[in-house]
Amino acid sequence: MKKLALLTLISTMAFAADAPVLIQNATILTITNGTVKGSILLQDGKIAAIGDKVMAPPGTVVIDGAGKYVMPGIIDCHSHIMAEAINEGSVSVSSMVGIPDVLNPEDIAIYRALAGGVTTANILHGSANSIGGKTIVMKMRWGKDAEEMKFEGAMPGIKFALGENPKRAGQSAGGRGAAPTAGRYPATRMGVEDVIREAFNDAVAYKATWDFYNARVAKGEVAIPPARDLKLEPLVEVLEGKRLVHAHCYRQDEILMLLHVADDYHFKIRTLQHVLEGYKVAKEIQERGTGASTFADWWAYKIEANDAIPYNAAILVKKGVLTSLNSDDAELMRHLDKEAAKTVKYGGLTETEALSLITINPAKQLMIDKKVGSLEVGKDADVLLYDGHPLSNFSKVTKVWIDGHEYFDMDQDVQDRPKKEAEKKALVTKAAAEQRLGGGGGRGGNNSAAQGVPQQ
Amino acid sequence: MRRTLPTILLVPLAIAGAAGQLSAGEGPSTYVLRDARIVRVSGPVIEHGTIVVRDGLIEAVGENIAPPADAWVIECKGLTVYPGLVDALSNWGLTNTPAPAVAAAGGRGGGRAQAAVVSTPVATATVTITSAPARGPEDRPSNVAYNKAADQIFPTDRNIESARNGGYTAAVTFPTGNIFAGQGSVISLAGDRAGDMVIVPSVGQMITLANRGFGGGGGGYPGSLMGSIAYVRQIYLDAEHYKLAKSIYEKNPQGLPRPAYDRTLEGVLASDRVMLPAERSVEVERMIAFAKEMKMNVVLYGGHEAWRDTDLLKKTNTPVLVSLKYPVKAADSDPMMDEPLRTLEMREKAPTAAGALAKAGVKFAFYSDGVSTPRDLMRAVKKAIDAGLSPTDAIRALTLSPAEIFGVSNRLGSIDKGKIADLVVVDGDLFSGAKVKYVFVDGTKFEPTDEPAGGGRGGRGGANPGGEAR
Repeated sequence: MKKLALLTLISTMAFAADAPVLIQNATILTITNGTVKGSILLQDGKIAAIGDKVMAPPGTVVIDGAGKYVMPGIIDCHSHIMAEAINEGSVSVSSMVGIPDVLNPEDIAIYRALAGGVTTANILHGSANSIGGKTIVMKMRWGKDAEEMKFEGAMPGIKFALGENPKRAGQSAGGRGAAPTAGRYPATRMGVEDVIREAFNDAVAYKATWDFYNARVAKGEVAIPPARDLKLEPLVEVLEGKRLVHAHCYRQDEILMLLHVADDYHFKIRTLQHVLEGYKVAKEIQERGTGASTFADWWAYKIEANDAIPYNAAILVKKGVLTSLNSDDAELMRHLDKEAAKTVKYGGLTETEALSLITINPAKQLMIDKKVGSLEVGKDADVLLYDGHPLSNFSKVTKVWIDGHEYFDMDQDVQDRPKKEAEKKALVTKAAAEQRLGGGGGRGGNNSAAQGVPQQ
Repeated sequence: MRRTLPTILLVPLAIAGAAGQLSAGEGPSTYVLRDARIVRVSGPVIEHGTIVVRDGLIEAVGENIAPPADAWVIECKGLTVYPGLVDALSNWGLTNTPAPAVAAAGGRGGGRAQAAVVSTPVATATVTITSAPARGPEDRPSNVAYNKAADQIFPTDRNIESARNGGYTAAVTFPTGNIFAGQGSVISLAGDRAGDMVIVPSVGQMITLANRGFGGGGGGYPGSLMGSIAYVRQIYLDAEHYKLAKSIYEKNPQGLPRPAYDRTLEGVLASDRVMLPAERSVEVERMIAFAKEMKMNVVLYGGHEAWRDTDLLKKTNTPVLVSLKYPVKAADSDPMMDEPLRTLEMREKAPTAAGALAKAGVKFAFYSDGVSTPRDLMRAVKKAIDAGLSPTDAIRALTLSPAEIFGVSNRLGSIDKGKIADLVVVDGDLFSGAKVKYVFVDGTKFEPTDEPAGGGRGGRGGANPGGEAR
């Protein structure tokens, strides 16, 4: 009992800065437990109560939610914001690199994503390599440093990629418009499969080397330990189920190929990303418990995206595949709610099913659904307040809380704009004046790349 | 500026007999600087004091010191003596751009060479390792960790003389140009032979994390910032393993496979101090986290936005080298370009970084970062002073602090008995156009000449200094 009291005290202290928040008379879309007309209480970083009548402790900030909607924070299963590097395109297996090393918590796209209701995002390596870099799940705690934005306890991931991007021979960068350079294996879909199999063969052998060493040491023999290999360690984690695989893919043939490779090596593909032809192989995806994270209606931007249909998400849902909608883009990320709305029109999903695609489903895919993804007592208070139904084109997010802390407020934003504008203008004017005087200090030249200030 | 021959000396007391016959390097070995204002840095300022320099070392400093009979006395009334300035991260001494008087040493021809020569010829020659694109860390791309600045010194580098003219007497000079650029050395900014100039041969490994573009552009691994960081991590793990494997093998050579010799890892292990780039606040936080993960003895360089992270730097006891080349808008940038507030703010506040670090009690030092003229460097320090840094902290960041950061404060960085006789004697305020009267390096006296340093014009062979304007 004493211990419990102490724990309560500690958790209260941790969120001491945030008074409890009570939103009254609102339409509460819980996603997992239907719609509630009533109140929701955010306290100590968690959802403390939901119901017709909710008692609020003294000091609670009360918000009138009449005519407004409350829903859980949006979760984007595929984003590249806040990363200062996306692709390590020099090699076909780049599992030694990781997005956690290059996070930029000051990326303005974080704030803009918040304004669109995103509270959690899966930050992925790019798709230039058959096996790409390590990925990480982040909460959009704008203003905190990178460490504080990490989603506590979320499983780490790794990016795989199939098809055109990784096989793009002659452009080692793997990006559109990249200068032609010496070709990089693989150049075909067959080669992509080979690269992945080779990498896992190496990982299996690497693990065996360590097992052998540990066995010798256990027997008391003198041995030199194997050198740690940061490229193979994440793949061993995949084999051991300790790291989630998020695989970029388009065509049904390559989707089946990857599922079969995973079968052969006894690991799971956690999510297929894009998976625009997923509707053709929904049964095979569903059988393996693999998730699908797709676009609502983005298509034909490349040959392998030509067979995409806007019914993809709805068909996958109806076939029992755990499905989400993602952005893969800083702009699209700001209106994932409207992307979800499209699945009501194309495929006839219910409103709750549609909203699940951007809340509880991606939470399950990322294995963070015990904490986020729906409005349930005890879950993290990652909550959005809308001025209308979230699926309506005329509605917008007016407030966003993460862990019960308010990170976005539309009125405050509008109010702050003139001040920020003036601040900026003053700096520009001052800099221009200094430049005219020629006293700029330093010589400008020799701008070493390591120290350049990247533009946002 | 050149070595002052005894014939030009001001107040010779004794030993005049040798005057006129001494060649360079054979000046008097004992000097007395009398009635000077002495800024010791390690202790309170002595308003009227005396310094005795003998055989390259400071023999005595204080208020009431009788000049030895064999000393050359220099009257310093109205002058201030500081410890010689130390450039905390430098490339001085590594460039083969000789001062005009010794142009014969390098075939590149005086004037324009400065811009043309970026890295040292030695480093350039070694970098041919990446002829085929690297496929991973095992190919050791962009890695010359075994290079040591001490082995690449050009005593004739014109930067040495021009820096010395401005009061710099030592530099922590590092090779540049690779992710593992090599080991830095503390060197004296005077000497005829490279070996005589080296104070400590290896004081740290230089890491650069330049963004190498989207995907390597055919240059192989690593092709991104992410790749570079992962590469540095793998190399330090490899070095740790290398050390372990060697020690196990040495104890049991019979029955164990022989670990392969790896010269890059030997280089990495030569010094445990790691120089990591951290210009922006994001980079400061990232590199501190990285250093903690790798248990590195880290020194950050860049530091223009470090004012945002003073608490973290203090808490982790991380030293910072602050660049004296402040960020400026590129001269050829689009005038209509809409720059983010953050970028504008960073430029505006860069000169406040040093003051903020001093206030927070973070160990920091200034470095030249490619700015080679002392006048510009002092102007940049003045800017930091105008932005809140005390002159006392400023002088410390140019003397004792760099010495402490690189572990040489027992011999450099302050005016104390027994330390190396590196001194600068000025008339006026060091940061506001003071005239540097004398500079002592390892006890050898130099007098800056009035001609602009490093002007680079003419003087092939030195017969006609200042003539022959190309």
